[in-house]
Amino acid sequence: MNYKIMAKIQSWILILESAFMIPPLLISIATGDRPALRGFLTAIGISMAVAIVMQYMSRNAEKRFYAREGLVCTAMVWIVMSAAGCLPFFVSGRIPSFVDAYFEIVSGFTTTGASILSDVEMLGKALLYWRSFSHWIGGMGVLVFFLAIIPSSGRSDGYMLHILRAESPGPSVNKMVPRLRETAAILYIIYCGLTALDIIFLLIGRLPVFDAFCIAFGTAGTGGFAVLNTGCATYTPFAQDVTTIFMLLFGVNFSIYYMLILKQFLQVVRDEEVRMYFAIVLLSTVFIASNIFRFTPETQGVEPTLRHSAFQVASIITTTGYSTVNFDLWPTFSKAILICLMFVGACAGSTGGGIKVIRVLLLGKNLRRNAHQIFHPHEVSIVRVNGARVPEQTLINTSSYLAAYVVIVIVSFLIVSWDPGNFSMTTNFSAVMATLNNIGPGFDAVGAASNFGAYSNLSKIIMILDMLFGRLEIFPMLALMSASTYKRTV
Amino acid sequence: MKIIIAGDGKVGSMLTRQFSGEGHDLTLIDNNPEALESTIERYDVMSVEGNCASMEVLRNAGVEKADLLITATGKDELNLLCCMTAHGMNPNLHTIARIRTPDYAESTYSMRKTFALSLTVNPDRQTAREIDRLLRYPGFLKREKFANGLVEIVEIKVDATSPLKDQPLNQLSSITNCQILVCAALREGKSVTPDGNFVIREGDRLFVTASAKNLTILLRNIGYVTQKVRNVMIVGGGSSSYYLADLLLKEGVGVKIVEKEMSRCEHLAEMLPGAVVVQGDASLQAVLEREKIRLMDAVISMTGLDELNVITSIYANHAKVPHVITKLGRAENLEILAQLPVGSIVSPKELCTNTIATYVRAMGNQIGAAVTVHSIAGGQAVAIEFIVDANTKNTGRPLKEIRLKKNILVASITHGRNIIFPNGESVFRQGDRIIIVSNGDAAIHHLNDIFVS
Repeated sequence: MNYKIMAKIQSWILILESAFMIPPLLISIATGDRPALRGFLTAIGISMAVAIVMQYMSRNAEKRFYAREGLVCTAMVWIVMSAAGCLPFFVSGRIPSFVDAYFEIVSGFTTTGASILSDVEMLGKALLYWRSFSHWIGGMGVLVFFLAIIPSSGRSDGYMLHILRAESPGPSVNKMVPRLRETAAILYIIYCGLTALDIIFLLIGRLPVFDAFCIAFGTAGTGGFAVLNTGCATYTPFAQDVTTIFMLLFGVNFSIYYMLILKQFLQVVRDEEVRMYFAIVLLSTVFIASNIFRFTPETQGVEPTLRHSAFQVASIITTTGYSTVNFDLWPTFSKAILICLMFVGACAGSTGGGIKVIRVLLLGKNLRRNAHQIFHPHEVSIVRVNGARVPEQTLINTSSYLAAYVVIVIVSFLIVSWDPGNFSMTTNFSAVMATLNNIGPGFDAVGAASNFGAYSNLSKIIMILDMLFGRLEIFPMLALMSASTYKRTV
Repeated sequence: MKIIIAGDGKVGSMLTRQFSGEGHDLTLIDNNPEALESTIERYDVMSVEGNCASMEVLRNAGVEKADLLITATGKDELNLLCCMTAHGMNPNLHTIARIRTPDYAESTYSMRKTFALSLTVNPDRQTAREIDRLLRYPGFLKREKFANGLVEIVEIKVDATSPLKDQPLNQLSSITNCQILVCAALREGKSVTPDGNFVIREGDRLFVTASAKNLTILLRNIGYVTQKVRNVMIVGGGSSSYYLADLLLKEGVGVKIVEKEMSRCEHLAEMLPGAVVVQGDASLQAVLEREKIRLMDAVISMTGLDELNVITSIYANHAKVPHVITKLGRAENLEILAQLPVGSIVSPKELCTNTIATYVRAMGNQIGAAVTVHSIAGGQAVAIEFIVDANTKNTGRPLKEIRLKKNILVASITHGRNIIFPNGESVFRQGDRIIIVSNGDAAIHHLNDIFVS
């Protein structure tokens, strides 16, 4: 293992994070929020001190590193970055428990949006901004941001591909243009552009400026931290529709936008993952709308019914987790659809979480092929997506991903069920699903109107791990936690 | 520049290393996903899997916006088809094809418009030419051309009888009687940048900058009897052996080819009426002795197997053949093998890469970019030729006032046809060609990179 280069990357991420803390620091000065100011100053101070020590230790790092280091480094960066990021909450005293503060920021960076707070408004503007902005950083990935801004140093840059692969979601991550730095820059330019567009539309939708920025960050990262205790319920219908559309847009593979820029419209329209994604959204909305029509006071008319069902479908499938109504009160069929959408998640290469539409597509196609093969054992058939053959290795990887995913769900579910709070089955299962798939709210005691604060520290730690597992797509965390990674001998 | 390389083999990966280091945008095409995976792991390039002559694959590789296509797959026909297809898709595209089959040499030249070729490279023929060049001045282990052939950097091995032995460098001109400059020395496998007080020892390999017309004088004065090579044994009968034998026969040199395979021997005998073609296994010393290896002026080991070439050359050296040349296919092992007594080493892949790199540099037309780059001293140092232009700093200032980076040496300045071996008073002006030898890790892509900023 090349620990030095990992320390170097880690130190750069801490420096970046300190830079990201400057806007909330200014907000805390502007709002006269002294505890928050103290929190941000401490966090920046500690991060910079650690970063400088790491820079010094890694001054003569060799640049060569491989897939294993890429995975471990990514997982480590996320854990350390969260430790630094939770300091403002902890030091300011607004979230007195360290585990709670850590839970909150991991939930932010992993774009989960699950909160331990019952009253978010008491955090103050500066901390609320930091909480929402952590979604934006975590959505596209802080390491991808780092890759976009580091100067290209020629020959050794190929190694950095492992980091892009470890941090970006999807079964087969590849570059869009020859240069890694340009690839990362294109991703971030699209990301920034869409976010800016979202902010503009929200402002047109008469949102306060602060809310518009925070809601847009949460939408872009598909996070889900709101700035009001009521979520998005009090915003204008126009603003809610804008959020629905942008949540869906951020759940699309970003290479699709690059194709649009390159005017490859036909390829975009024919993309199987995008088609399936929008088909699922459309069908789920129609089913839920017909199911909840006139069921609750909010859904008496056709327009509000459609608006709320579309909003909730978009919010869950993209794993954002915003809510306009308390969907926990909806009929069971609607809730069942939502829990299925939690599994599916958004498209690969987007900012969303979940298993990802492409994996569901691959698993389905592979299942059909294998079932067919039982009756026609000698027929040779291959799995295609978008007309191109899917390598068998990708199918195997996807299957093992699903297996690992199921194991994590089971283990987490068991441990969380052991919680002294003795929550209902629905609560525990949906809590695991909501954290592992980076959604945020679950059902029952962790539903849209409640929070995760009542769980014990052990359950919270399990959920923190689940959130990281979900955002980094399991393998980086597995590499970090497996003993064979650190063995020096064969 | 946007460059597409079709074929991720040995030449492909050498080109990738070269060009990604020089800051070009590279896309590689190959039908072997594992080869591509290992390349994108090491270099910042994009890869496309598939048949490089298919329009879809070329489109995915971005041929419409590319500036240059280099085809280096194992199949000549595929290389040609790929260039034609790509050129049809993008008429502004430059194309370079590697063509190895001798049968296509004429057609690819006279029909290069039809095939849409900007340049063809034939590593086998280049190898043959390089060996022929070395044989004209036996005594130099390696010759690298600079400044359109006016200046060369040659490699000399200092043996026990050499008059250069135990001489400090500042005494050298009294022995050689012509102006030269030792720009690098390889001592015990390590490359050093020598200064005036550097004392030459037995076993050193010296890299000497000299004017091309002084090479004969240099050789005579350092004790090499420049006896003309009259009899050459070529071990191995591949295409490069054919090209070399053809060249040597035209110069009136006697050629004996030892080849294992009977049918190939017959083919060679048919194509080369003047040569003696012998069927036999060159790995057997008895065969080499039977063919009178001890009477040869030069032995060239150029079979397809590097290991066999090395063994044959060591044996030839042992048999006191005055001049031994070894062809090595895998360039990675050069540094280790350079320490063995195998004579001069010629690497077809390196020659091929250098030719393509020169074309790319000329085409790139970057301000101040290198014109020629050769790696010397077993790959531990590079000699780079630049043209001084309006953007170059420190023009017109004497060298002693300019602070150069560590391990950088100005090996020569060519002003028109006039070659200057620089001292502290020398100056360079716009339009001069200047050769830099860099003995360190510093990346030199522009002339201004050599100055301490």
